[in-house]
Amino acid sequence: MAADPAAAPRQPTDSTNHGLRVVVAWLILSAIATPLVAIYVGPLIPPGNASVQAQGQVFTNQVMVSLLTPVLCLMAVFFGYGLLRFRVRRSEAVLDGPPLRNDPRVQILWIVITSAMVLFLAGFGTYELLKDGSGGGQGPNPIALPAGHKSAFQVQVIGQQWQFTYRYPSLGGMESNQLVLPANTLVALHVTSLDVVHSFWAIELGAKADANPGVDNVAYVETKGPTVFHVRCAELCGLWHGYMFNNGRVVDSAQFSSWSAQEQRIFASIKHYVNRDAPFAHIYLPDPARRAG
Amino acid sequence: MRVGVKLLLVCVAVAGAGVIIGFYASNLTTLAGSPAYSVPVQNSNGHKVVNLEIQTVAAIGPKLSRNPDWVSYLIHTSRGWKRETVWNLPANATVHVTIFNFDGASGLRNPYFGRPQGMVGNSILVDGKPTDAVDPDDASHTFAVPALGLILAIPGVADDAKNQCGFAPCPMSNAHRTIKFTFHTTTPGHYRWQCFVPCAAGWIFGFGGPMQTIGYMDGFLNVSA
Repeated sequence: MAADPAAAPRQPTDSTNHGLRVVVAWLILSAIATPLVAIYVGPLIPPGNASVQAQGQVFTNQVMVSLLTPVLCLMAVFFGYGLLRFRVRRSEAVLDGPPLRNDPRVQILWIVITSAMVLFLAGFGTYELLKDGSGGGQGPNPIALPAGHKSAFQVQVIGQQWQFTYRYPSLGGMESNQLVLPANTLVALHVTSLDVVHSFWAIELGAKADANPGVDNVAYVETKGPTVFHVRCAELCGLWHGYMFNNGRVVDSAQFSSWSAQEQRIFASIKHYVNRDAPFAHIYLPDPARRAG
Repeated sequence: MRVGVKLLLVCVAVAGAGVIIGFYASNLTTLAGSPAYSVPVQNSNGHKVVNLEIQTVAAIGPKLSRNPDWVSYLIHTSRGWKRETVWNLPANATVHVTIFNFDGASGLRNPYFGRPQGMVGNSILVDGKPTDAVDPDDASHTFAVPALGLILAIPGVADDAKNQCGFAPCPMSNAHRTIKFTFHTTTPGHYRWQCFVPCAAGWIFGFGGPMQTIGYMDGFLNVSA
């Protein structure tokens, strides 16, 4: 038996232009929130300001958050308006809403806007990465080379269960358990591992590179003024992974000279053995003569 | 049942589970696998002094572990030698350490760790002789507290030494090396210590079993005020 259309509850007529209301509210909220987020929240986003690359990452995050804010505002206004305006009170009967109809203009607008945003972010991200590598590990043959990379200060980062040590080829292959870098200097970090996969993450420097055994993973960072930064392993690497961290320092040239002289004095007694068993190389995998395993 | 009551029950259950997991993780990171041993503290002119006697053995033996063939550290307590690697120490104290090593050499993976550092004078006594570098090939184990910058390599017993120890506890009549050094504890905290030598015989690259289990080749210094 066919249903009688006349018996169904009639849809209440509503002449309010809800779409226009949502768009106006969204534009007003976005116009207020976006500059506030860009100016006040963006600069607070990690990693910090200890290197040119870290500064670039903060700028990238600032741009992305600024783009994200209007999208977030649209979602908030849409849901907020819907929840408040179309809420059914307990005393009211539950009625079905008007049918949703396809509108090609809305669909095209949505596709165009989201595609433009995604393509812009892809292009912007690629540009930022290719500019100087953004502090990321680029493997043994980097393609995003910062200006002056040939004269960059070389430091080898050696991961082992569970500590990073640092080797300075320009200081006679000196190795130290402290990462100390000269200020305002382009540094080439050659990251490798002696055992399992680690990940070197100098947070405020904006440097992050996987430490793979037998691989020279190169990352560039240009230090700024003297500061202290945190170093962590960012790859689950065994029992004491959570304890694989320490602090690094960026110091002025006088302090760096003083520190390196002191470290070289300490290193002198082991230099012969280090150079004998593990002569400096970008791929550094010493194999103990009488390994237990 | 009302939705509000259901939500409340879910929140209480999640909070309860969080507390239990928190206690478990806290216990795991400070004590797991090894009960804490409070090292006796002496007073010398108002300064706290601790004498820490430890030994390293190639095999812990059936009396002290369910894994009798695992390499391990032991500590000398008032109850004898025990496999306890979490040690309670006072802050800002002088710690005199004596290590008796009954194990042979495995070799350092990173020869840099052959340089004693972080102890008084950046030097250790090996069988009574001052040493500021240990041949990486002769290293048997290391004792390292990375957060304190303390690291030293422990030379092994010669391969052809007579009267070698089979398994722990090893009497002093067995062939051994004696290493002595002094370091200072600093501020209170949990400082992890470990061996850097891949010394777990029978495991891939020497890095499994006792190297990945608290209570054998690693532990904590629980430094408190």
